[in-house]
Amino acid sequence: MIHFVVHEEGDGVGVVVVEGVKPGNELTGWIMEQDTEIKVLAKSEIPIGHKVSLTDYQAGDTVIKYGVDIGKVVAPIARGEHAHVHNIKTKRW
Amino acid sequence: MELSNATFWGFERENGRVGVRNHVIILPVDDLSNAAAEAVANNIKGTLALPHPYGRLQFGADLDLHFRTLIGTGSNPNVAAVVVIGIEDGWTKKIVDGIAETGKPVTGFGIEGHGDHDTIRKASQVAREYLQWASEKRREERPIKDLWVSTKCGESDTTSGCGANPTVGNAFDKLYPHGTTLVFGETSEITGGEMLVAERCRTPEVRERFMFMFNRYQDMINRWKTNDLSESQPTKGNIAGGLTTIEEKALGNIQKIGRKCLVDGVIDKGEVPAHPGLWFMDSSSAAAEMVTLCAASGYTVHFFPTGQGNVIGNPILPVIKLCANPKTVRTMSEHIDVDVSGLLRKEMNPDQAGDALLDCMFRTANGRLTAAEALGHREFVLTRLFESA
Repeated sequence: MIHFVVHEEGDGVGVVVVEGVKPGNELTGWIMEQDTEIKVLAKSEIPIGHKVSLTDYQAGDTVIKYGVDIGKVVAPIARGEHAHVHNIKTKRW
Repeated sequence: MELSNATFWGFERENGRVGVRNHVIILPVDDLSNAAAEAVANNIKGTLALPHPYGRLQFGADLDLHFRTLIGTGSNPNVAAVVVIGIEDGWTKKIVDGIAETGKPVTGFGIEGHGDHDTIRKASQVAREYLQWASEKRREERPIKDLWVSTKCGESDTTSGCGANPTVGNAFDKLYPHGTTLVFGETSEITGGEMLVAERCRTPEVRERFMFMFNRYQDMINRWKTNDLSESQPTKGNIAGGLTTIEEKALGNIQKIGRKCLVDGVIDKGEVPAHPGLWFMDSSSAAAEMVTLCAASGYTVHFFPTGQGNVIGNPILPVIKLCANPKTVRTMSEHIDVDVSGLLRKEMNPDQAGDALLDCMFRTANGRLTAAEALGHREFVLTRLFESA
């Protein structure tokens, strides 16, 4: 069963595609572009559609999704944690 | 899906364009004429009034856009005939003359000097004649090149970028080689992916025009913004759906132009493209504004991917909604025409998802009502550029 999807290898975040992800859940991810699998242990509750971090990020790091810069890290994010507006901000505007 | 010999059943108009709907519309020039337009549509069942809040004391580029949008809406081949009602004769005639260039039946009425009663009586008579005339029009089999398809997504979430938007991209890649006329837009929602769109422009001239439109919109945002636009772009709904930054939203958005088709040209808001191919239209990213502009540019079928569940429709342009978020598909099923949530479970591949959308497109073009049409969604929203005089 696929719990999250990743656009391509090298992306630092995946998108949860099932409801009810809880800390301690072992999640299986599908890397769509390369059609390969990846596992990660969830460390947060993550709603469907929200992102799970696949990387240990420090403030100031750049987040890559679709192989492209989608913003900057503003608070540390551990692999398996919920990555969203509380720890990532736009670099534009 | 092999589209080389594909056809659909549409209504050929006087100017050679082909529509997939056969509306007779009652078009107010201005806010003051809404009441009369709605009264005529109430008298003559089967006609459609398009009320809106603008049209007085606009000037310059904003007025040009107002006229272009109304004339374009009346000229759209999904419209068989038009009754125009304005507060006075001058601007009413301007709209009538613009629509008349298509050769379709159109008559205008000015209210001043007559009052609502007399205007409604005379306009209802013409509306009845047009409706009966249009009701005898028959669909004809037409080649796929006669189809104009627009796209814009709304209430997107992260599933849009990995499911519904790539499905539109797959369908666009399949439609593009067959002489169809396609469009995407949402200028602010390219932010963070503008270099990827620029790379896809067919010529340096198109690229330069695209970057001009992109930078013009950025300048407008930088002039007026009071924060980083969080909750506006991305919207509060986008953020609730898991989208974090404009860059992430933009990269999902541009999945809609597929992987193969090139950007052949750039149009301003509501302009009519000059030839087949994929066009970029400078436009708002607000759903109803953008879809209204697509209708004004002459598009006849619309692909609308959603994640969190936007419910939009348009009075004259059938809006096909597709969604890859299984929760939205479950909780808002009456709004979704094409369920592509199987993509995220690997139960469907992008090619199958694209085919499912194209299948729905042909059925819609042939007359099947979309969810938005069945639910009565007729959002007609004019874009304004600045304050009235």
